[in-house]
Amino acid sequence: MRPLRSGLESRLEKLCFNLRRMRVFRHPVEPFACRRYGMLTRNAFIAPMATSIHIAAPPGVTLTRSADTLTLHLSGEWSMRHKGAATARTLSSLDAPPKPRRIEFESSDLGEWDTSLLTFFERVLDHCRTRGIEVDRSGLPPGVQRLLELAEAVPEKKDARAAAARESFLTRIGNATIEALRSFDEFLDFFGRVTIAFWRLLRGKARFRTSDLMIEIQDCGANALGIVTLISYLVGIILAFMGAVQLQQFGAQIYVADLVSIGVTRDMGAMMTAIIMAGRTGAAFAAALGTMKVTQEIDALATMGISPLEFLVLPRVLALVLMMPLLCLYSDFVAILGGTTIGVGMLGINFTVFVHEAAYATTMTNVLGGLFKGTVYGALIAIAGCLRGFQCGDSSSAVGDAATQSVVMSVVLIVCACGLFAVIFNILGI
Amino acid sequence: MAESPSHPKRGTPHIEARNLTMAFGSFVLMRDLNFVVRHGDIFIIMGGSGCGKSTLLRHMIGLLEPAAGEILYDGENFTKARPEQREMMLRRFGVLYQSGALWSSMTLAENVGLPLEEFTDLSREDIREVASLKLALVGLKGFEDFYPSQISGGMQKRAGLARAMALDPEVLFFDEPSAGLDPISSRLLDDLILELRDSLGATIVVVTHELASIFTIGNNSVFLDAQSRTMIAHGDPHELLAHCDNPVVHRFLTRGEDGEKVSRPHG
Repeated sequence: MRPLRSGLESRLEKLCFNLRRMRVFRHPVEPFACRRYGMLTRNAFIAPMATSIHIAAPPGVTLTRSADTLTLHLSGEWSMRHKGAATARTLSSLDAPPKPRRIEFESSDLGEWDTSLLTFFERVLDHCRTRGIEVDRSGLPPGVQRLLELAEAVPEKKDARAAAARESFLTRIGNATIEALRSFDEFLDFFGRVTIAFWRLLRGKARFRTSDLMIEIQDCGANALGIVTLISYLVGIILAFMGAVQLQQFGAQIYVADLVSIGVTRDMGAMMTAIIMAGRTGAAFAAALGTMKVTQEIDALATMGISPLEFLVLPRVLALVLMMPLLCLYSDFVAILGGTTIGVGMLGINFTVFVHEAAYATTMTNVLGGLFKGTVYGALIAIAGCLRGFQCGDSSSAVGDAATQSVVMSVVLIVCACGLFAVIFNILGI
Repeated sequence: MAESPSHPKRGTPHIEARNLTMAFGSFVLMRDLNFVVRHGDIFIIMGGSGCGKSTLLRHMIGLLEPAAGEILYDGENFTKARPEQREMMLRRFGVLYQSGALWSSMTLAENVGLPLEEFTDLSREDIREVASLKLALVGLKGFEDFYPSQISGGMQKRAGLARAMALDPEVLFFDEPSAGLDPISSRLLDDLILELRDSLGATIVVVTHELASIFTIGNNSVFLDAQSRTMIAHGDPHELLAHCDNPVVHRFLTRGEDGEKVSRPHG
């Protein structure tokens, strides 16, 4: 051991020692780190470090030419953790003149290797094949030779890759349009079948279990109250607040009560409840039925002569259609309460006056109209959810897709229906 | 195999496929399938992976409609049956799906009891009793009030079998019964299948590629070939092993162990 050490070296030695104690060094150390610290250790503390650090030589390729034969000497450890810089360099030097006719391998210095070595050979072989260079594999380790043979045993299937070819932009737009139209078609078809099932139900012919209906009613009725309360209350507050800012300029704060009660009972109550239910219950229907599709539970019903449409879809649609008007009514009430909070708390209107004004503005026509809309939204959500569940593919990711699509479809249908109702109600003068 | 006198129909044609073609859109999976399954047969649908064995089963139980051809049960046309007629025919089927396909929101007793509830006038107590009995037949006595998620995969499969047997079906379909089972469970299931055939006199259709099962239980079979997209053998698997000249069938039935090294096909 050398007696003298520079100040820098001894400080670095201490650092390395501490790092080692803190278990920063792991086996095997990155070649980068090895080279760095290997330099240090050679001088200073090779003995203590050598016991704990496994020094991996980096993968390397050296080329020797003799006549028209090129020999590739492989050395070091080939691990997928190392970057494959050697590959690109070797491939480019294969093309450098003079062009070799034959390639040999020499692997006596080769350490541990894994798939990275195989991919390297694959590329070299590919390269040689396209340029007509002969390859002598006898110098490769026997394991590598066997694995390469195994990989080449089945020739590449020619049309497998062509199928995944990219479509042009216009083709994709066209396909998406056809897909959208088809999806609406499917919705109408499913709607028709559900209607027929309902007709059978009215005639007492449909079969489902009352207990299933009760479970669904509890799930999409009582269990949804919490979220409906929260959202409706906030919507009431927002409506009142937005109105208040404008109406205050005219000193007409009291009309905030009218704004909230009419806005909520006529449209917003039903709309917000529907959107909540689309995200909550519609998605749940799609996921539940989708999973039943994946596990073949729906097939099991069908082959038993039990109509899945009656057994699974009817109770769900029925439950949501029955619960939506109740939820809407509740949502109307809570939203007006939210409006009252703003009216009384922020605008300083007397509570009795506010309630009186709100009650005066609330008409039976508006309330019933809102409940009717809500009921229709409920049917749309339930049907969209069940349809997407039924159409679910055969994998677990398809269940997630089904849930997503059911929410998208429900929301689109709700907004379309809302617009349609606005026009119809206007024509009817309601 | 011993003919049992208690099933007079035994040996007469039960299921018949005529020129059956299976297709998804314009892609033809299998064409011109013609075979006859006799009463009391254990009929094996065999073939390599992905050649359409399960699809054939799904056609036979009406989950998929054939592109051409028809399937008959006891001479009655199943493919062209009206909905009510088909529903009546379906009640004579029992199907055991690959994963069991138990209804996960119901207990085992409710699973087995549902078909009884729907199609019989039995009282609630009677249904419960029948369900317990069916579960006991498959070795699940005492598990009546368990949910499917609470029992193991093998037990789910047996519970699925109990449900398939609920209405004492004339035909039992098994989709890969031994998939996911250990060798002993799989062997026990084979024994159970044989027992069911002999005691109930049911015809049994099994999709499988387990050679051990094929030779233990099968006495009739059809071999589907993905390459030629049709069936290339029909008959008792033991006889096919002894006499069939078709190299594909022979290689399948011997696991490719005699003869030259098997080349790996695509897919």
